[in-house]
Amino acid sequence: MDLDFSPQDQEFRAEVRAFLAGNYPAELREKQANEETLAKEDYLSWHRILAKKGWSAPSWPKEWGGTGWTPTQKYIWSEEQANADTLIILPFGVAMLAPVIYTFATEEQKARFLPGIRDGLVWWCQGYSEPGAGSDLASLTTRAERITADDGKEYYIVNGQKTWTTLAQFADWGFFLVRTDPNVKPQAGISFLLIDMKSPGVTVRPIITLEGGHEVNDVFLDNVKVPVENRIFHENQGWTCAKALLMHERSGIAGVARSKRGLERLRAMATTERADDGGPLLADSFFRRKVADLEIDLTALEFTELRTLAGESSGKGPGPESSILKIKGTEIQQRLTELALEAAGHYGAPYLRDVSHNLGPIGPDAAHGVAGQYFNIRKTSIYGGSNEIQRNIIAKLVLGL
Amino acid sequence: MDFSFTEEQSMLRDTVASYLADHYDFDKRRAAVKSASGWRPEVWKAFAQDLGILGATFPEDVGGLGGGPTEMMVVMEEFGKALVVEPYLGTVVIGGGFLKHAAPAGAAEMIGRIIAGEATIAFAWAEPQGRYALSDLKTTARKDGADFVLGGMKSVVIGAPWASHLIVTARTGGSQREAKGVSVFLVEKSAKGVSVRDYATNDDRRASEVLLENVRVPREAIIGHEGAALDLVEQVVDEALAATCAEACGVLRKLHEGTVEYTKQRKQFGVPIASFQVLQHRMVDMFIQVEQAVSMTYMANIKLDETAAERAKAISAAKVQVGRACRFVGQNAIQLHGGMGMTDEMAIGHYFKRATMIEGEFGSTDHHLARYEALSFAAKAA
Repeated sequence: MDLDFSPQDQEFRAEVRAFLAGNYPAELREKQANEETLAKEDYLSWHRILAKKGWSAPSWPKEWGGTGWTPTQKYIWSEEQANADTLIILPFGVAMLAPVIYTFATEEQKARFLPGIRDGLVWWCQGYSEPGAGSDLASLTTRAERITADDGKEYYIVNGQKTWTTLAQFADWGFFLVRTDPNVKPQAGISFLLIDMKSPGVTVRPIITLEGGHEVNDVFLDNVKVPVENRIFHENQGWTCAKALLMHERSGIAGVARSKRGLERLRAMATTERADDGGPLLADSFFRRKVADLEIDLTALEFTELRTLAGESSGKGPGPESSILKIKGTEIQQRLTELALEAAGHYGAPYLRDVSHNLGPIGPDAAHGVAGQYFNIRKTSIYGGSNEIQRNIIAKLVLGL
Repeated sequence: MDFSFTEEQSMLRDTVASYLADHYDFDKRRAAVKSASGWRPEVWKAFAQDLGILGATFPEDVGGLGGGPTEMMVVMEEFGKALVVEPYLGTVVIGGGFLKHAAPAGAAEMIGRIIAGEATIAFAWAEPQGRYALSDLKTTARKDGADFVLGGMKSVVIGAPWASHLIVTARTGGSQREAKGVSVFLVEKSAKGVSVRDYATNDDRRASEVLLENVRVPREAIIGHEGAALDLVEQVVDEALAATCAEACGVLRKLHEGTVEYTKQRKQFGVPIASFQVLQHRMVDMFIQVEQAVSMTYMANIKLDETAAERAKAISAAKVQVGRACRFVGQNAIQLHGGMGMTDEMAIGHYFKRATMIEGEFGSTDHHLARYEALSFAAKAA
């Protein structure tokens, strides 16, 4: 049992750091610094740079472009990315769909879809939740009926509505859970379909969230014709894929390295912000105690994640324990935004989204967007299976209750 | 980076666990702690001779097996699961720690006696006025010719009734709370001028109030640098904290598992109470606390050999998490056992009492949060 970084690990860290410093697009950094709304091309440009380097899908099997990194190297990779404030690689393709494809799909499907995900050529969105199927995901009612068309080929005709579909406004393709058999118990009649978002009958409608952003959408499916060969795994066994995907979604969700970076930012902010006595806010005993508390919790989460990673490297996939990472990871992200908003004081109030630059600066830079972040990050304990559902999962699968 | 146990470490765990399963079940333990002496010297002998665990963490050149913090952690976690009361912490972790690090004259011989199970040690550091401050000492050691003469009062010296020796912190200089002037002495408990008032603790250990009146010890009794031993004391106490965190992990696992088992069997409203979601989520939150405590214990043990500041920060962070887990898991274990949790006959209450005492050992949660804070924020400001 040790925490040592081998000389090879240290070399790796230096290589990663140099690569990030030398290749992260300057215009992207500037947009991030100015808190500009990012376009599809902004996200994809960085993804493509990583793909060219061979680093866009580290966890995949090597034959499809995985790097074969050790858990230590993956840990270093996420730390260095966080420290360099790079844009995250969106999880929908690389981290969520791809494991389903390389685990359950045919060789032909793997060859058809994996390279586009890896290389950042195809933007994927997730069609899981429905207005009537949130935590009770298996009750979904989007219907897919199988027909033989005039061309003699088999298709699914899909009708229904998906919701909370993140960044669907940019999506080229989506992976959808649909009901192919309504006459069996809910989990047994679901299939996993890949749908071209340009198909006739697909409509994307924005949902504006409480902080004013446009991240999520409704997706309406109206007689959408989907070739049968776009189904992953067997008909009516899509729930198996769905569960595997959620497991991967949860383990990536802890965001330890990003939270460590967030904590650094919070500390910097609380050093310049003043407490009532005129001293730095970080010297205020109440505020400081909350920061120390958070730091300790984050350390505990970090080591729980490291233990989980070490377990995975010995051959196990992410297990139901990854629900711990989801619960604690999201709680910590939320507490970070809470403390940042507290630290901002008066300047937590101005709503500066889309305000003309001619107005001149309002309040310190560090206070910009903290309220929006706070509002937005409330989503984390709701998405990916709410934290209450995570507790149900641990209760059932780990504690056997 | 590696979080696995070696084959030898796993064997050590199995050896300890299987011995305790045979010789340390709840009823045997209960009989022992209620006996006049409160412990079983024959178990201690078995630790030394049959299991060889008293030497597991000493270097091979003094007769040990060359293990380190991980071995210590393995042993302590199993001790936690069985609620072992015998003075392993005081003797091997603390006594052994002082002797290993400072290597005073005669250390090798003393370590030999520890490994053989012949010497047991209690650590007399706390004083009535000092709360958790290691340097807050009124006990003094005055030079007199070739000797030191100790005088003072030591509080709640765990394991003292069973000890052949005491390790005593005392001032050879400086004022009451000063870092400078702290010295450490190895004192035979039978030495003239040592008087004790023995009692049981809430978690079935034995402890003493120790009065030192003109206790004369030779110069060689000093461990570490005269008047400059606070760093050494902090190091050894940090090691004791790491070991205590490991013990807590064993206690916490038993509290949690026992609660899960109980709620599966206990029926109300015609169904096992484990089927109620409000109890399921409580047990999940307990589970998360336990896992986080285990993670922090690994972290703390791994960081024991870092710089003093890094080590202290890691240990205090771990103790904060462990202390919170002890309170949350302990209280809820009793709650979910209902009235049965309140009874002396069930083991669960005894685990709860041990967990509660661990919260305060070598500093409460608040103490360690403050210590962590001081270190963390000092480091960043520099």
